[in-house]
Amino acid sequence: MTQDFPALGLILLFPALGVLFNLFYGRRAGRGAVNLVGPGVIFLAFAVTLWGFVVLLGMPPGASLQCSLWPWIAAGSFHAELGLRLDALSAVMTLVVTGVGAFIHLYSAGYMAEDEDYARYFTYLNLFALSMLVLVLADNLLQMFIGWEGVGLCSYLLIAFWFDNPQYAYNGRKAFIVNRIGDLGFLLGIFTIVAALAQHGVWTLNFAAMQRHADLLQPVALAAALLLFFGATGKSAQIPLYVWLPDAMVGPTPVSALIHAATMVTAGVYMIARLNFLYTLAPAAMQVVATVGALTAFFAATIAIVQSDIKRVLAYSTISQIGYMMLGVGVGAFAAGVFHLMTHAFFKGLLFLCSGSVIHALHGEQDMNKMGGLRKKLPITYATMLIGTLAISAVPPFSGYFSKDLILEGAFASGHGWLWLIAVVTAGITSFYMFRLIFMTFHGQSRLEPEKAHHVHESPAVMAIPLIVLAGFSIIGGWVGLPEWLLWGDAFKRFLAPIVARPVTGALVQPGMMIEIHRFATGMTLSGVALAAGLIGIFLAWMLYIQHPELPPRIAERLRGLRELLWRKYYIDEIYDLLISRPLFWGSGNVLNKGIDRAVIDGIVDGAGATVEGGGEAARKIETGNVQHYAFVYLLGVVAVAGYYVYLVMR
Amino acid sequence: MTPISYHMALSAILFAIGVTGVLIRRNVIVMFLSVELMLNAVNLALVALGRRIGSMDGQVIVFFVMTVAAAEAAVGLAIIISMFRNRETVNADELNLLRW
Repeated sequence: MTQDFPALGLILLFPALGVLFNLFYGRRAGRGAVNLVGPGVIFLAFAVTLWGFVVLLGMPPGASLQCSLWPWIAAGSFHAELGLRLDALSAVMTLVVTGVGAFIHLYSAGYMAEDEDYARYFTYLNLFALSMLVLVLADNLLQMFIGWEGVGLCSYLLIAFWFDNPQYAYNGRKAFIVNRIGDLGFLLGIFTIVAALAQHGVWTLNFAAMQRHADLLQPVALAAALLLFFGATGKSAQIPLYVWLPDAMVGPTPVSALIHAATMVTAGVYMIARLNFLYTLAPAAMQVVATVGALTAFFAATIAIVQSDIKRVLAYSTISQIGYMMLGVGVGAFAAGVFHLMTHAFFKGLLFLCSGSVIHALHGEQDMNKMGGLRKKLPITYATMLIGTLAISAVPPFSGYFSKDLILEGAFASGHGWLWLIAVVTAGITSFYMFRLIFMTFHGQSRLEPEKAHHVHESPAVMAIPLIVLAGFSIIGGWVGLPEWLLWGDAFKRFLAPIVARPVTGALVQPGMMIEIHRFATGMTLSGVALAAGLIGIFLAWMLYIQHPELPPRIAERLRGLRELLWRKYYIDEIYDLLISRPLFWGSGNVLNKGIDRAVIDGIVDGAGATVEGGGEAARKIETGNVQHYAFVYLLGVVAVAGYYVYLVMR
Repeated sequence: MTPISYHMALSAILFAIGVTGVLIRRNVIVMFLSVELMLNAVNLALVALGRRIGSMDGQVIVFFVMTVAAAEAAVGLAIIISMFRNRETVNADELNLLRW
């Protein structure tokens, strides 16, 4: 059941107006107006989303609201319309994007208070929100791609926001290029789907229509699913295309919170959940998604252990957590993946904002080795960051516990024992490095540089309020998805169920392997194991960084090789540099530039010129200027012509 | 009556002498004279052939040629005088401005 709900257009209209205002009048209107309009439009969009959400709740399960905008492409039989669709899945995402986004916008007003380029900043930030909303509200794949590209562009613009630092500009380009590589996969996936559908006369990419004709997609399901997932690895920073995200941390911290934690990087998860009908047709592709997710989760978590830059720890943590979401959707627990996406948006957005608050207080210091003992000086930041850390460490009753638990449960229930084990171990590592971050930043002796120490101050209210709000959501946000046997049970899953209803079939789950986990005892055991892993991680961090702070350097010394491997991020950047960048540069420099462009192309062009010039040079020698030479040649011509006629007559 | 081949042979010889003069003499005036010689060699051939076929056409053309040759001589000599005034020479080898 669908219902027209034109107000959905307002969700896009408000940020769009914000972009225009900040772009054209931001400078003239001044900081006050920009600080009002920039966050204000997102709050308005949030209000409209809430309205739509309430309407949606009043409708039967599986219903959706829609709003047709206008026809976009009409090429022969192929039609693409622009339209918005608010169903359970996009409602969750839209609430996250506008809700978390609004508070991050608000926080930005405080964070960027001393930056001269506030108008440009809010132009980009609003443009990002607009693109992200186009992505999540899209009712067809092509429109999703518009948003997909839009968020990539905004990500680039904001990573390189302080572009007068060449390193920052370079990191922005890196993010953009790596994303482009993924986008190619996404685009090829779209082409594959169009080709498959068009063979049977279905000329549309509308999600609902695609789902109706899912059987037509069967022949290309594996290829399309893998290609689209390759796009997702770029946008969502999964193996092999995650390398841009840690470097993206040079952008302003609210940008990291909004784009590189809460919203854009989860677009890949959202896309897979949105196309769940396609992915369930290709169990092998889902296997790939789950495996890549679990490996990424583990891999990134191990790197996070040794990082000393507070934002880089969070960046690797984000990669790791998105790995969890991929694991969730990959094992068919779509609702769990999206649930973790939502709770992650709360607590990771919060953690980034807290780190921003710390960095703000320390005037740009990001190295945790130069922090410590900030607990007393930054009480609000400390309290909220601790809540975020408990949430990501999956300690009940914080939100992360419920969502991570559902993913682990899904992995176990679908028979992915190994992936489940990896995920549990990763959960332990996660709580270890997160509490390491907390202890190094807020506890122990102050290692601040003396001239910075007495400037330390708690953030202003405009920054503290978003922290408190997000901390609240980090606590209660998970309560919509309680275990089945508790209170109202898993309301979130029931809400999403009609969208992702198709049971996982085929090779993914062998008959008889589906383990009954709705039993209280099994569920508790699984939760208990995961919780124990998390608590062990916390305990280890406490032992190493509070009780025996002299130990970590000694362990690092003992395991120098391992530490170096992790510190250098498994040398992945170096390997990519060696295997891809250098051959590319070498190839474009020596083969394409010297070999083809200069030798062949320039050779042809210069050769044409040289031939004409040389020919002219040779030919002008004929022109001696001596009239008798001309006369002689003329005579030869006459003799030749006369000779010809004589020959004709005599023959 | 003298055979036609005699006239034609004389005409060819005169023409060849004229051509040779034009090609190998360096003095522009002599080259000019040689051109006149070529013209008259042709005139001779025209008259002889016209008489041979019993037609007046050959003689009529010869008059035209003579008229044109007279005009041409006037113009040509004027050019030569003008060249000499400018270059102080009538040597064809030195009159080679129109070259690379």
